[in-house]
Amino acid sequence: MAVGLNHYLVLGAMLFTIGILGIFLNRRNVILIMMSIELVLLAVNVNLVAFSRFMGHVDGQIITFFVMTVAAAEAAIGLAILVAFFRNRATIDVEEIDSMKG
Amino acid sequence: MMVADMIFYLFAALTVLAALGVVGSPNPVHSVLFLVLAFFSTAGLFVLIGAEFLAAILVMVYMGAVAILFLFVVMMLDVDFARLRHEGVRYLPIGLTVGAVMLMELGLMVAHHRLDHGTVATNTVDNTFAIGQALYTRYLYPFEVASLILLVALIGAVALTHRERKHVRRQDIAKQLARTREDAVELRKVVSGEGAS
Repeated sequence: MAVGLNHYLVLGAMLFTIGILGIFLNRRNVILIMMSIELVLLAVNVNLVAFSRFMGHVDGQIITFFVMTVAAAEAAIGLAILVAFFRNRATIDVEEIDSMKG
Repeated sequence: MMVADMIFYLFAALTVLAALGVVGSPNPVHSVLFLVLAFFSTAGLFVLIGAEFLAAILVMVYMGAVAILFLFVVMMLDVDFARLRHEGVRYLPIGLTVGAVMLMELGLMVAHHRLDHGTVATNTVDNTFAIGQALYTRYLYPFEVASLILLVALIGAVALTHRERKHVRRQDIAKQLARTREDAVELRKVVSGEGAS
């Protein structure tokens, strides 16, 4: 069976699931949670590019471009918040981030 | 089986294994390196599927900037990762349950709908040209907004991590310019043999 759209969609689904699983497994560590979010976004990108290719339309790749932009901005801001938080509290444990009692 | 199919399976397996490594590795530095491997394998898949521009962007932006940023933060922060890891196993059952249900749903959806429309006509223009043509015409305003988002992220990251240091001598240009000859220089008559105290 030749590799088609469905193969890429299954790959995207697996990557997405692994990313979600990573968020559950590393619930205490903010850095690993952010890496898992990157994996989820990568899965989205795989799906978008696959659809773009197999539907013969370039728009999916443009959306991927914007997803990458936002993901890069998100990583930069997230890590900056993390560094600022670590400087104040000397920990990155998610359980300790409860000053606002949310 | 065609060569392209074998390459797909190779890169797809590498991507999934690297993603599992990101999630399961006990050492966060290894996690970051696995993330780089996952991005690189995905870039290979993008080349295979004819999205060369995005593959290049993925290698440059993700592996060159984002992953290195993660590595930088992991190495800079003195965190006891083993202690954070300790209780992670507690969430393994619910994590696996959610993951299995989600994978089943996605798999059912993909399997149920026949999304393939057969093979697509080969690209007549090259990928970068097509992306540029769409990006600078139909998607011009979103493109500008993306640049604004990057600007906000840039300023925000600097504003968040910047801190004023005490006891550091800084150059204050206004202060320098406000100096006059009168408060900077003093003329004294030094008596011979006594020195200027």
